[in-house]
Amino acid sequence: MTRFTLNGRAVQVDLPASEPLLQVLANDLGADGPKYGCGKAQCGSCTVLMDGNPVRSCVLPLSAADGRTVTTLAGLTEGGRPGRLQQAFIDEQAAQCGYCTSGIILQAQALLQRNPKPSDAQVRSALDGNLCRCGAHNRIVRAVLRAARGG
Amino acid sequence: MDGLERSDRRRFLRQTGGFTLAFAIPLEAGLAQVPATASPPRLPGNLQRHRRLDAWIRVQPADRSILLMVGKVELGQGILTAVAQVCADELDVNLERVRIVSGDTALVPNEGTTAGSFSMPDCATAVRHAAAEVRAALLELAATRLGVPATSLRVEDAAIVAASGARTSYWDLPAGEELRREATGKVALKASGHRYIGTSVPRVDLTPKILGQSMFVQELRPEGLLFGRVVRPSTYRARLLSADTAAVERMPGVVKVVRDGSFLGVIAQRESQANAAADALAKSCRWDTPAVLPRTDGVEAWLRSAPIARDIPTRRQPRTTPGEVARTVEATYFRPYQMHASIGTSAAVATMGTDGTLVVQTHSQSVFETATAIAGLLGLPRERVRLQHVQGAGCYGHNLADDAAADAALLAVQVPGRPVRLQYTREQEHRWEPYGSAMLIRTRAALDAKGSVLDWDFELWSTPHTTRPGNQAGNLLPAGHLAKPIPQPVPVNNGPPNYAADRNAIALYDFPGQNVLTHFITEMPVRVSSHRGLGAYGNVFAIESFMDELARATGADPVEYRLRHLKDERARDAIRAAAERFGWSSWKRASGRGRGIAFARYKNTAGYCAVALEVEVDARSGSIRVLRAVASADSGHIVSPDGVSNQIEGGLVQSLSWTLKEEVQMDDTRILSEDWASYPILTFSEVPPVDVVLINRPGAPFLGTGEASQGPTGAALANAVFDATGVRFRRLPLTPSRVLQGLKTRQG
Ligand code: FES
Ligand code: FES
Repeated sequence: MTRFTLNGRAVQVDLPASEPLLQVLANDLGADGPKYGCGKAQCGSCTVLMDGNPVRSCVLPLSAADGRTVTTLAGLTEGGRPGRLQQAFIDEQAAQCGYCTSGIILQAQALLQRNPKPSDAQVRSALDGNLCRCGAHNRIVRAVLRAARGG
Repeated sequence: MDGLERSDRRRFLRQTGGFTLAFAIPLEAGLAQVPATASPPRLPGNLQRHRRLDAWIRVQPADRSILLMVGKVELGQGILTAVAQVCADELDVNLERVRIVSGDTALVPNEGTTAGSFSMPDCATAVRHAAAEVRAALLELAATRLGVPATSLRVEDAAIVAASGARTSYWDLPAGEELRREATGKVALKASGHRYIGTSVPRVDLTPKILGQSMFVQELRPEGLLFGRVVRPSTYRARLLSADTAAVERMPGVVKVVRDGSFLGVIAQRESQANAAADALAKSCRWDTPAVLPRTDGVEAWLRSAPIARDIPTRRQPRTTPGEVARTVEATYFRPYQMHASIGTSAAVATMGTDGTLVVQTHSQSVFETATAIAGLLGLPRERVRLQHVQGAGCYGHNLADDAAADAALLAVQVPGRPVRLQYTREQEHRWEPYGSAMLIRTRAALDAKGSVLDWDFELWSTPHTTRPGNQAGNLLPAGHLAKPIPQPVPVNNGPPNYAADRNAIALYDFPGQNVLTHFITEMPVRVSSHRGLGAYGNVFAIESFMDELARATGADPVEYRLRHLKDERARDAIRAAAERFGWSSWKRASGRGRGIAFARYKNTAGYCAVALEVEVDARSGSIRVLRAVASADSGHIVSPDGVSNQIEGGLVQSLSWTLKEEVQMDDTRILSEDWASYPILTFSEVPPVDVVLINRPGAPFLGTGEASQGPTGAALANAVFDATGVRFRRLPLTPSRVLQGLKTRQG
């Protein structure tokens, strides 16, 4: 049995501890957001926060979540409303297809927690491990900087 | 049945302004075709193909909404928002009232493939005219009901008010009967007073994506879901000699192992079980692996020597004016195989219903034609296959979306009644998607004493750019792996001149003489198909690099040189706008830096775009840093300014990635680019600031935008690198090692 907190809610999962965390979150717990992109920790589309740190859920076993706090994109909403970073992404229309969006917002959330007033270059380097194929990079950086300014 | 909880669905509908998944709408009996009149009028856009008003638009009093049905699909380009804007404007309703169903073969008009920047001219134009006509029909009904002339009525969010103050609304009129007819094409569009057209409204699909709600086909979780995976042959054209299916069948959770010739798949209860079974099955296989690939370094030589299936005279325009040739200049350019490389691997959910109907949720760009191809693959009657578009990750052309639908279908028929979700591994996506074709281009220009072009010769060698399913089972990847393989049809270079391999091969410049010859090669050692822009990326790279070479060779300014050869005023405006915003005339040279400009009108019929950019080249490492980029865009009358900017900038950034980094690697048997480490793309720190200048043309036709900026970007980059280093790079991509090599030749 694996127990952890998912988006503020206590969950218990009776599944093999070696299953990829990504699959358990997406298929079993309906924790929308993290997506399979590469399965090799190369693209960041599966990124979730574990105790506030960005991790690649495609290469982590379920057991890694035991006793931890896990946050997915849906967990950033505040009382059903978009969180600050999410609102900034909406305001900047910071996506095209949106497949990379979940991982990128969570990676940026972790950055802002560590460094509330990052520079343009710091945002870019924090997101270098997250790939976007649509070319929405500059919008995404603008959205993160907007959130940092307080919306 | 669609994986969204009930409350999720309500939330979803509310927050997305009525943008809805196709399968939330009950299936209605097919639309009866109205017999065509003797010589029906030509109707705008795709209304010409689907003439019935109620094929596009229905008035739904029950929830006071407008149902808009379109065959074009959302690929992340924002098309559904644009058509909703156009519809709301012409109908005078709030945008939130427009519910869209898109890409469900049982419900929507067949608009072919969503590609080639046709969605705005074909679909949005049809919707706009249909909406205007529906509004007129509703006003006629209201006029009769209220006993006033229709011209005295005005509409505000579906409420109809007469000058006398008498009122009714769209929801109170018997619209159904009235719309069950063909459009006439006689109703005028609004000339002014647009509330949405020309305004950037938030995209209807973005908010749910940003809030983390399930939107993608990869996230569908219907009741009773099973997980499928295929095991691909070791290489192209490999044949399966043996596989231990029995051992895999005994693995935990495995429901079925499917083998049909060299096609192998597994179906399991859990995704991890499907993965484990597929891995074990792959390990147990023995393959016959022929050496069929040209190797990365041999692609150019292969193109030179491959048998030519057809020589296409794309343009024959011999010079008829006098002029003395002072000199001739020649050059050869090369574009390698490049990937779509979608961030999400392709996926589909297929269910073989107990009623004998196969339903597939897919991110295909061509639901109708792929449905026919899948019916052929499975030997099912066409009417027993229904495809429903659900969004996937951006695809940028024909990737594995249709093959995933086909593979999922092949597995689902083995377990009737159970939905099977299949998603490729990253390695499968990279190694098996159909790439953008490699191209070799030779250019030759005869110049007069002033350096102006007298004769322009352009010759290109290319394998196909279209192997989309196109109703044919043989174009689906698994078809060739079956015990009774279905052969792939020999591809053709579709469309009018300037369309596929030869897309944008005809320069828009007014040269006195211009000849374009396309050597079309149908042999395909490497799987290829439509890659964003088709031949345009390679052709524009060559044309615009060569124009730069001619300008430099004759001591002309690259902007002036282009304008000198160009009469089209909109083209001139696009070039001037980009140059001006870039600060072309006031630019100061710094050491190691250079600037470049390039231009094209996509397909010579769609959007105009010029790109100017500045680079810095590190002579020690050979690495190129793009410091900033400017793009101008004229896409006719702009529906969504932010949508156009997003497409132009996204295309520019993607093209920088192609041009700086991307080339599919292979040895003689195997594709070696199998993940993001072996096929790197541009990262956040490498993306320059991009400034997009929009040129709006109110009242002009909508022109497609999605593929306008890639060609000019590639050439502008090579031109800027030449400006910085004095070395001309004619072979893509401009990797540090290639740049270093080039710089050495300069020194040596
Ligand atoms: S899917 Fe986990 S990093 Fe790519
Ligand atoms: S928005 Fe499509 S991959 Fe980033």
